Amino acid sequence: MNTFYHTNLPPHLRILKDEIEGYAREYGLDFYETIFEVVDADDLNEIAAYGGFPTRYPHWSFGMSYEELKKGYDYGLSKIYEMVINNDPCYAYLMRCNHTVDQKLVMAHVYGHCDFFKNNAYFSHTNRKMMDEIANHGARIRGYAERFGEDEVEAFLDRCMSVDDLIDIHSVAIRRRGEHSRYDFNEQSGEEDPHANRFKSKDYMEDYINPPERMRQDEETARHKRDSKPDRGFPEEPEKDVLLFMIEHAPLKPWQRDILSIIRDEAYYFYPQAQTKILNEGWASFWHSTIMTQKALEPAELIDYADHHSGTMATSGKRLNPYKVGIELLRDVEERWNRGQFGPEYDDCDDLDTRRAWNKKLGIGREKIFEVRRVHNDITFIDTFLTPEFCVRHKLFSFNYQNQQGQFVIESREFQMVKQRLLFSLTNFGKPFIYVLNGNHRNRGELLLKHGHNGIDLKLNHARDTLVHLQKMWSRPVHLETMIDDKPTLLSFDGTDHTAQTIGESDENRRNTPAKTR
Amino acid sequence: MGQKIERDLQRFRKIVRGKVKSDLRKYISRGEMIGKKGNDLVSIPLPSIEIPQFRYGSKNSGGVGVGEGQPGQPLSNPEGEGEPKAGDQPGGHILEVELTLEELAEILGEELALPRIEPRGKANVVSEKDKYTSIRRVGPESLRHFKRTYKNALKRQISSGTYVPDDPRVVPVREDKQYRSWKVTPQPESVACIIYMMDVSGSMTDEQKEIVRIESFWIDTWIKRHYKGIERAYIVHDAVAREVDEHTFYHTRESGGTKISSAYELANKIIDSRYPPNDWNVYAFHFSDGDNWGDDVPKCLEILSKQLLPKVNLFGYGQVESPYGSGEFFDHIAELAAAEEKIVVSKVPDRDAILGSIKEFLSTGR
Repeated sequence: MNTFYHTNLPPHLRILKDEIEGYAREYGLDFYETIFEVVDADDLNEIAAYGGFPTRYPHWSFGMSYEELKKGYDYGLSKIYEMVINNDPCYAYLMRCNHTVDQKLVMAHVYGHCDFFKNNAYFSHTNRKMMDEIANHGARIRGYAERFGEDEVEAFLDRCMSVDDLIDIHSVAIRRRGEHSRYDFNEQSGEEDPHANRFKSKDYMEDYINPPERMRQDEETARHKRDSKPDRGFPEEPEKDVLLFMIEHAPLKPWQRDILSIIRDEAYYFYPQAQTKILNEGWASFWHSTIMTQKALEPAELIDYADHHSGTMATSGKRLNPYKVGIELLRDVEERWNRGQFGPEYDDCDDLDTRRAWNKKLGIGREKIFEVRRVHNDITFIDTFLTPEFCVRHKLFSFNYQNQQGQFVIESREFQMVKQRLLFSLTNFGKPFIYVLNGNHRNRGELLLKHGHNGIDLKLNHARDTLVHLQKMWSRPVHLETMIDDKPTLLSFDGTDHTAQTIGESDENRRNTPAKTR
Repeated sequence: MGQKIERDLQRFRKIVRGKVKSDLRKYISRGEMIGKKGNDLVSIPLPSIEIPQFRYGSKNSGGVGVGEGQPGQPLSNPEGEGEPKAGDQPGGHILEVELTLEELAEILGEELALPRIEPRGKANVVSEKDKYTSIRRVGPESLRHFKRTYKNALKRQISSGTYVPDDPRVVPVREDKQYRSWKVTPQPESVACIIYMMDVSGSMTDEQKEIVRIESFWIDTWIKRHYKGIERAYIVHDAVAREVDEHTFYHTRESGGTKISSAYELANKIIDSRYPPNDWNVYAFHFSDGDNWGDDVPKCLEILSKQLLPKVNLFGYGQVESPYGSGEFFDHIAELAAAEEKIVVSKVPDRDAILGSIKEFLSTGR
C-alpha cells in the first residue's frame, strides 16, 4: 500500500521512532510492530475519510467526510494529528508538516493505542490483517460495480449503510446459537443433532464418559421438549444481529449478499473502537503525557507540548471530551490504587478527612491500570471506577431534553443521575435496540422487528425511512414494534405505503418477555 | 495521490446538487462550519447527507456534559459542532463564504444547454495567440533550445575534428545556438451581443423589478462565462425607451405608462447601428408585466416579427405577474411564439420561478 503515498520516514523521524519506542517498551507497553507513514495533509484527510484504510471500497459518503475534513483543515478549524490502524503491523500516519515535538507526541500517543489494540479484550476478536481484508473488500465491491453497474451497487450500499448498526456486539463473546451455516438446510427442517450432549472421548472410554443410558435419557428429554414446543419461532430467539439474519434469509442476489456481509464484517471490526473510545483515548493520552513529560521532552519544546496537549484535552462548549475523561479517570484509578483507596474498608469510611488523607502506600496503581486496559470497555470502566468525588472535581452534569421548551437543560449534578445518563449514552453506542422477532410474520413471509423500548421513542421519520431500506432488501412487507407516546405501535411498510397502528396490550406483553430477559 | 477520494467527492457533490439520485435529496442538510477570516466570522457551507438509521428521538433523551451551570439552566446547543463563542464577539456578523460566481454559473449550467453562438464576422473580434512552434538562430538565452544547440555543437566538433571521445566535452559557440520562437495564430472569438429590455413603468412593483434584475443577472453571468467578447446593451422603457448603462439598469426606479414598442424600436435601432447581424450573434431579452398600452400591441408584434426576429438568434420574453395589469401581452406574444421558434416566452410569477424561467430561455440551445 506504500505505492499510493510518498511515505518514507525521514531519518530524523526514524531516530525519534526508535527513541520513543524504547521508552514505551521500558514502561511495559506491549504492541505489534508499528509502521509510521508520513503523508501530506490532503492524503491524511483522504485516509481519515476512508476510516484509515486508503484501499476502502468507493462510496460517496467517504467523499462527504473528506469534504468536511478538508474544509476544516483549509480554514484552519481542525487538524488531524494522528491516525492509527488496528492491524498487525499497526499502521500510523504522521502529517508531514508537523513540528518535531508534535511528531514525538503523536508517536507516544500511537504506541498507547497500539498497546491497547493488542491487549484489550474487546479487540481480541478483530482481524489483525484488516489492511489486506479491506483491500479485498474494496476489490470485490469495485468488481461488482463493474459487472452490475455503479448505480445499482451504490444504491445497495446506501441501503446497507442504513442498517449497518444493527449488529449484536456481544455475539463475539457469547454463543447465541449452534454453529449455523446458511448452506445447512437441515436445520430449518427442525432436525437437531441427536448427539449434542456427547463428550469427546476415545473409543475405549466411550461407555464411561458417555454412558449409553444417560445419552438415551437426554435424547428423550430433547425430543420431548421439541415436540411440546408448539411453534418454533423463526428465529428461535429474538435476533439482534439483524444483518446476519438478512444475510441468511433475505432473498438477495449473491453479490448483494456478499456486499452485505462485507458491511457486516467491517461493522464488527470497527465497533470495538466505538466501544472503548474513552478508555482507549484515555490510555493513549496517559502514555503520551507520561512518556513526554518523564522522558522525551526537550526543554525548548515544553511550551509547544503544553499547548498541544491542552488543546487535545480541552472541552469545547460543554461537551464531554473522551480524551479528558479517559486520562483523568485513569489517573484517578492509578492514584487510588497507589493509596489503597478502594475496598470495603475505604467504602465504609464516612469521615471525609480520613478518606482524603487515606494512604496505605500500596503502590499498585500502575499494575491496576494495566489490568483496566486489558479487561474493560467504556461501560464497565465508567461503571466500576466513576466516583462521586470525580464527578464533582470535573464538574460533570447530566442534561435532558425539555419537551415543552424544546431544548436541552442541565438536569442534575447528582452522582447517580450523571452516571446513569453517561452509561445510557454508551449502551449500544447510544442507539436503540432492534431485534428480529419473526421472519415469517403472519405466516406470510413478512419481517417483524422489535424495538426494545427503554424510555426513549425512536426518531420517527428516520425509522420509517430505514424500514423502507429494509423492505427493499427483504422484498416482503416489514414491520417494527415500538412505543410512541407510551402506546405500543406497529410501524409497517409494505413497499408502497407506511402505516402505523396501535397494537393490543396483551400481544405486546407476550412478545416483550424474550426481549427483556436478555 | 488523491485520485480515489476525488471520485467519491465528485459523486457526493453531484448528489448534493441533485444531479443524481434524487431519492437521497431529502436527507441533504445544509450545515455550516464557523471559521474566522481576519476579524470576521465566516460561515463555510457544509452540506451533508444523513443516511437514515434507527435513532432515538430527542424527547426524554439526555446526556452528560462538563462545566459550570445550575440545574435547570438551558444548554445552548449540546451536540452542536464547536460553536463559536458568540459572546465575546459582540455584533460580529457572519459572512458567507459562498461559491464564487463562476461556480454558481457552472451549477446553474449543468442543466442548461449553451446557446449556439455562430461564428459570424470573424474580422470583428480576433485575438492573437503566440505559439512557440518554430526555431530561430537568435533569441534570448532563456528560450535556448538545448537539444538542438547541443546537436549542432556536437556536429561541428566532430566534423572539425575537435571532438575527443575520451574527453567528450561539447562546448557550443554562438553559431551553434538555436532558439525557440513563436508564431502568431489568429483566434477567432465568438461575437455576441445581448440586449436586455426592462419595463420600468408604474405598474411594475419593486418586487417585480427585483425579479427581472435577478433573472437578467443570471442570464448575463451564464453567457459571460462561456463566451468572450460579449457586448451588452441595456434598455429601460416606460412610455419611452432609453438606453442605459449596466448600473442604471439594475438600479433604476421610474414610473409612467407602458409602450413596449418603444423599446423594440430602440433595440432595432441599436442592432442596426452597432451590431449588424451579419457580424454579430444577437440575443434579446425583454421583461415586462405584460400590461401594455392597448393600441400599441399590433405595433409591437409587427416590429418584432418584421424587424427584430430576422436579426436575432433568440428573443426571450419574460413576464412577471402584476397586481394591476392584465398581463395580456403574454397571450399575444405566445401566439407569435407558436409560429416563430426564435421566440421563447416564460412566466415568472415569483422568485422561486426564476430558475425555471432561465431554463426555459436557455435550454433551447439556440
